[in-house]
Amino acid sequence: MSDNFYMGTYDVIVVGAGHAGCEAALATARLGLKTLIFSINLEAVAMMACNPSIGGTGKGHLVREIDALGGEMAVNIDKASIQSRMLNTAKGPAVHSLRTQADKLAYHVSMKKVLESQDNLDIKQAEVTDLVVEDGAVKGIITKTGALYNAKAVILATGTFLRGRIFIGKWNYEGGPNGLSAAIELSANLKKHNIGLRRFKTGTPARLDGKTLDYSKMLEQPGDEEIIPFSFLNDKLEISQVSCWLTYTNQNTHNVILQNLDRSALFGGYIEGVGPRYCPSIEDKLVRFSDKERHQLFIEPEGLYTDEVYVQGMSSSLPEDVQEMFYKTIPGLENAKIVRPAYAIEYDCIDPLDLKLSLEHRNVANLFCAGQINGSSGYEEAAAQGLMAGINAAHKLKGREPFILDRSEGYIGVLIDDLVTKGTNEPYRIMTSRAEYRLLLRQDNADLRLTEKGHEIGLVSKERYEKFLLKKEMIENEMERIKTTYIKPDEANEFLKKCESSPIKNRVTLLELLRRPELSYQMLAEIDKDRPEISKSAAQQIEIQVKYMGYIEKQLNQIDKFKKLENKRLDESIDYSQIDGLRIEAQQKLNKLKPESVGQASRISGVSPADINVLLIYLERERRKKEHDRK
Amino acid sequence: MEDTIAAVATAPGEAGIGIVRLSGENVLQIINDIFKPKSKKSISAIDHRKLIYGHIIDNKQVIDEVLVVYMKAPHTYTKEDIAEIHCHGGMIPVRKILELTLKKGARLAEKGEFTKRAFLNGRIDLSQAEAVMDIISAKTDKGFDLALNQLEGQLSENIRQIRNALLQTIAHVSVNIDYPEEDIEEITYENLKKQISDILSSIKNLLETADTGKIIKDGLNTVIIGRPNVGKSSLLNALLKESRAIVTEIPGTTRDIIEEMLHINGIPLKIIDTAGIRETSDVIEKIGVEKTKKSFNMADLIIFMLNTSEPLASEDHQIIELLKHRKAIVVLNKTDLPQKINIEEIQSLLPDKKIIQASMKQGKGIKELEEAISDMVYSGHVSQKNTLMITNIRHKNLLEKAKTFLEDSLSMIERQEPLDFIDIDLKNAWESLGEIIGEAVAEDIIDEIFSRFCLGK
Repeated sequence: MSDNFYMGTYDVIVVGAGHAGCEAALATARLGLKTLIFSINLEAVAMMACNPSIGGTGKGHLVREIDALGGEMAVNIDKASIQSRMLNTAKGPAVHSLRTQADKLAYHVSMKKVLESQDNLDIKQAEVTDLVVEDGAVKGIITKTGALYNAKAVILATGTFLRGRIFIGKWNYEGGPNGLSAAIELSANLKKHNIGLRRFKTGTPARLDGKTLDYSKMLEQPGDEEIIPFSFLNDKLEISQVSCWLTYTNQNTHNVILQNLDRSALFGGYIEGVGPRYCPSIEDKLVRFSDKERHQLFIEPEGLYTDEVYVQGMSSSLPEDVQEMFYKTIPGLENAKIVRPAYAIEYDCIDPLDLKLSLEHRNVANLFCAGQINGSSGYEEAAAQGLMAGINAAHKLKGREPFILDRSEGYIGVLIDDLVTKGTNEPYRIMTSRAEYRLLLRQDNADLRLTEKGHEIGLVSKERYEKFLLKKEMIENEMERIKTTYIKPDEANEFLKKCESSPIKNRVTLLELLRRPELSYQMLAEIDKDRPEISKSAAQQIEIQVKYMGYIEKQLNQIDKFKKLENKRLDESIDYSQIDGLRIEAQQKLNKLKPESVGQASRISGVSPADINVLLIYLERERRKKEHDRK
Repeated sequence: MEDTIAAVATAPGEAGIGIVRLSGENVLQIINDIFKPKSKKSISAIDHRKLIYGHIIDNKQVIDEVLVVYMKAPHTYTKEDIAEIHCHGGMIPVRKILELTLKKGARLAEKGEFTKRAFLNGRIDLSQAEAVMDIISAKTDKGFDLALNQLEGQLSENIRQIRNALLQTIAHVSVNIDYPEEDIEEITYENLKKQISDILSSIKNLLETADTGKIIKDGLNTVIIGRPNVGKSSLLNALLKESRAIVTEIPGTTRDIIEEMLHINGIPLKIIDTAGIRETSDVIEKIGVEKTKKSFNMADLIIFMLNTSEPLASEDHQIIELLKHRKAIVVLNKTDLPQKINIEEIQSLLPDKKIIQASMKQGKGIKELEEAISDMVYSGHVSQKNTLMITNIRHKNLLEKAKTFLEDSLSMIERQEPLDFIDIDLKNAWESLGEIIGEAVAEDIIDEIFSRFCLGK
């Protein structure tokens, strides 16, 4: 220990430069804090270790929210996009979800460039092996090669590196993702500092040589004709898109897998970690859904720089010979050559119930955690937490209040509240079903919801803020105009007849006409002579806000109710075992989790509505005592 | 001000008047919706603390003749707007008025909620806070009836089944939304409509049991049936005397039927007295009379009385036929007289029925009958066939809510609105049902998705 040598002092140190680490480091550096980010290997900065895409249901919403708050992910994926699709367009606007295929190398290179160009940010290749903790607060880190760095706050974003272990069949070894080395020592040292760890598992499918595939036997999956960029900063994106391809497993594939089931790491009993239900390995799928005759596979390019393709749907922990055998049974893949085999990976992570909503650890002050270490999965989930951890580390050091998004303000709020309040027993993935106020938390209005907040924090650039104000004003003015612009029957009825919409008898506002399902904002231009020119995205907001007015109002009412309890703060110093009337289970849970509001308390399993009433009474009693003392 | 709550403020049971109390932001609106004052002037702020005479009206039908007092915030118990409706005592009018306020947008108050609001709004002092805590944290009523528990157990089971069916539908919808590219069965409007309609009809069935007055707190519907002069009136009188607690005497919806409320071993019974009505006509014809027939059909329990000093008449045989699949107890009366019927004969005709030998004249058999009734209730035998379920207004209210959400979802399906909108109503319905049985965990939906559908990367 004494051989360690001092190498510098920073405000914030970020351990890990994946999707969480990059956002965290950029946030703190942009907020003026001297920041140092570590990665075991700098080629792994913003590495997309699994699927070559960003976005999708729920995830696309997260990316848009990260963008609105001034994070980097959306801007970066727009630079690396090779195909874009808006999913779920047949459904309501709340669940439309943007997804972009990435050129993985381009994504890595451009994010690394952003880090390099960022003021206040240093980058270092090294393995962090220990934290310096004094008096219950983190003070710095130590690297494997003896370097000691002091820091006022540390953000852990260790991904799957933390005591990572790779499984392919019965063979397994210490290792991080994609052939990189694992961070072994840090794990034991975290436990030493009173940070509890547990074990999760995930996996990735093989990469094949694209030249060896027969695409004529597969179904082409092209991108959308019109590309909608992820970032609010980009009005349009002009790229030439590449396609993905769809094929299916069959009975032969299943036979190969089932005959070799005992050779898989999973069924051979080699893996102890808990894997996610939403991305099971192919062997897991066959066992759990044995009546399914085939499973779909998407062939997705890894980028323009390479022939490698990703086989979505074929994550596996079977040995390589079996992998090769089952690919040969699949139409189009008969001659496929495996470039990188599929593997499962087990890693250490914390229990997110040990975190505050700010993502600060309860047991070590100024230590923040983000990404897979918190039990989540996915690039987007990681980036969202990284951004929030970065903001909150900065706020803590500057003596500002934590920045918390609640469940009614964003998917980011849902994600973090779910993790921190409810906990998770498997790698957590965001879904639109998890958001109670889905109709308001759309990906199309993330900028309107969150840019102002990002601006207050100080992460939103001048360019972005001005663009936002312009759009907001445009929407407000146009909304006011259509509310007050009347159309007379003789102006409208011919047009209405043409649109198979019932004629009007008296004059009506444009807004009332727009509420009709069969009429769109664009169609109404024909009878709307004085319409000002507004942007497409502003027009889209008008359309959605008017069409779904009734539903939106309903949700706004629900949010009002929700906010009442959310705004009742609970002090960390409350000893719940001293509150009469709380059931024992509630006392224990509340003392362990120390919720920050009555609303959060109400979502803890084991806390009943009666307990919440007792808490309300308790709060009022305390308030009056204080008032009384003051007099 | 908070949302509007309502509750019966007076103790349950027989009393001259009963009071339904409301507190919250929409009190005035609700009162003016249901109350027609004699003066025909709607209630406003100037009526603060005045007692006003009029009628409670539901759908142009008079529910009760009442006195209403409106108290304007903040000078009230809760510091919110309050109204009290003073109606006739007894269960029926009080409950009907309470239900009406709920229908008009009030929410049933939780235990101690008026007092809680009074406290939170700064009305009552600190020393009272402890007492409020006690009220709120008391989990169950001490005297909570075993019989009620039994029945609620059945309700929970029934709700769970309905909820489970709904969960399957929600999971299917959700997976279609969250996994648009997965190879799973696309849910069609037609399919969805069928699933929801089925669930809706189960809920409606449950609600019907509440609407027809089968609320256990108002008593188990019991009918005494038998030919004229077999001793029905004597039995009723004997039971009433024994229980020493005539809860109330309520004129039925028609003047033909008198209902008597009484308690036997803690079980409330609402005995529908068919005795004395159309004494001259025979009993089968009486069953033919619509109302009587209805009360027979609706009965949770039937007491069939026979005069054993006479041979079985054809009417008796007809009644026996009707009793075959019903919960019934047979009372053989007039055992003090020379016997024309023997017990074995009856038992062979009604093999699964409890038979009691009695003599009203000598006071014999009353105790045995009471025991037989409580045995049936406590063992859960009564109520199974009749699915006597909805035992309180909170449950009924939540069922109504679930019903409305499902109806909304159906009309959205009709209009072919996007799946994710429909999903919201389905989830709301699912949560309302969950509140009845104290389960509303969103995680269940996620679990269901992953256990039923094969998803993955």
